[in-house]
Amino acid sequence: MSLLAADLPYWAQSLLRVLGGTVAVLLPAGTIVYLFLFKMMSFMQSRLGPMEAGPYGSLQLFAEVGKWLQKEDIAPENADTRVFRMAPLVVLVSTFLLVAVVPFGPDAYFTDFDAGVFYMLAVSSISTLGILMAGWSSANKYSLLGGLRAAGQLIAYELPMVLSVIGVVIQAGTMNLQSIVIQQNDGEIFGFDGLGNPFLLTQFVGFLVFMISVQAELTQTPFDMPIAESELVSGYMTEYSGFRFLIFFIAEFATAGVFSLIASVLFLGGWGLPFSWFGWESVDGIDNWMNVGGPLILVTKMVVLSGIIMWVRFSFPRMREDQLQRFAWKVLVPISLVNIMITAILKVVF
Amino acid sequence: MSDFLRDYLTVVWFAVIALVLASLLLGIAAVVRPNKPTAQKLMAYESGVNPVGDGWSQSQVRYYIFALLFVVFDVEAVFIFPWATQLERYGTFGLIEMGIFVFVLLLGLVYAWRKGVLRWV
Repeated sequence: MSLLAADLPYWAQSLLRVLGGTVAVLLPAGTIVYLFLFKMMSFMQSRLGPMEAGPYGSLQLFAEVGKWLQKEDIAPENADTRVFRMAPLVVLVSTFLLVAVVPFGPDAYFTDFDAGVFYMLAVSSISTLGILMAGWSSANKYSLLGGLRAAGQLIAYELPMVLSVIGVVIQAGTMNLQSIVIQQNDGEIFGFDGLGNPFLLTQFVGFLVFMISVQAELTQTPFDMPIAESELVSGYMTEYSGFRFLIFFIAEFATAGVFSLIASVLFLGGWGLPFSWFGWESVDGIDNWMNVGGPLILVTKMVVLSGIIMWVRFSFPRMREDQLQRFAWKVLVPISLVNIMITAILKVVF
Repeated sequence: MSDFLRDYLTVVWFAVIALVLASLLLGIAAVVRPNKPTAQKLMAYESGVNPVGDGWSQSQVRYYIFALLFVVFDVEAVFIFPWATQLERYGTFGLIEMGIFVFVLLLGLVYAWRKGVLRWV
């Protein structure tokens, strides 16, 4: 309890947390959009991407925000205007609530829920609500179809995501994300502690299922049926223009970043490196610099994971709606149920 | 106030900052952007053709059964999570109990599968 909860009054702590949360939402979103969406996708398609604004187009993001600020905000005549205007905000709130649970360092966390995993899963499904609101209120057939498809898809892929996380919870014996991180870095594999014990090694099936579900929850390309541009124009976002569209866009990539953060917390050891490298015996032995180094380590892992998400997005063709549903219900759900039972048996045996 | 409640208060602050940030940017945009609505602009977009009929057209909601199944499995998750955290204490007894529970649920999935409702037709 040294950095955040030190001697600051409650309002100052809250202010710090809220500022940190804003950075934790916007920074990953900006990184993903510039690094992967602008640059990596361009290089994969043999072009340079944005080059004009700043060196190598690095200021392109600011130019984009400036551009979107000046665009007219149109709500269609027949739309349910109030719901239509509210929908992007609901999606953005969901992202902010999601980042609140991610621990960034031994003392650098926003909230320390005992049921952190549970909270994470609950909050992540709020965005479905926003998407349904957008699809329904637009009074547009494309939006309606896109919204319904999105709801069906997000429901279907929420299950494998929930079930794959249970494996981690069984192994860690706790739902507190901070304890999950510490266990992974403090652990040992059959007495060898040079690697810690990242749950990726024992829960690789869970990790795979989790990442596939994240891809689907974010409606990234193999699973982008709800916004399939060649048949639904832009799905539930069809009628949006101006800054409200940009809020949807920011929320999409910020959520990609936050889910990558959560995946690295659950499976890759989060903010920590194996404690044995530094000779730390337990939680109390952790040096204070970890509160600064931890976020950097976590963000590095986040960039790798979101890079994989984007890589898959740029490489795979779109799945058909029925294939998509079949994959969730007939492949991922049974696999993750079996994974739970095997993890539980191994946990009891060892 | 207890730490527990303060954590939830932090969550409220996060929701508030999301709304404040979005409203701030939308407010700036409202000052900067033009506003010239015309009848054509406010029409529902249907690939450039005049929209046919009402926007809230009838469409077949196919995932009614999926929604039911979802509720079943989501409630299952509510039961599994507390069990998962305490597995070490329950040991073999808890394992067998949960094995039966998951098996019954799998039976439900197999039943739905055999009935053919897992197809998106």
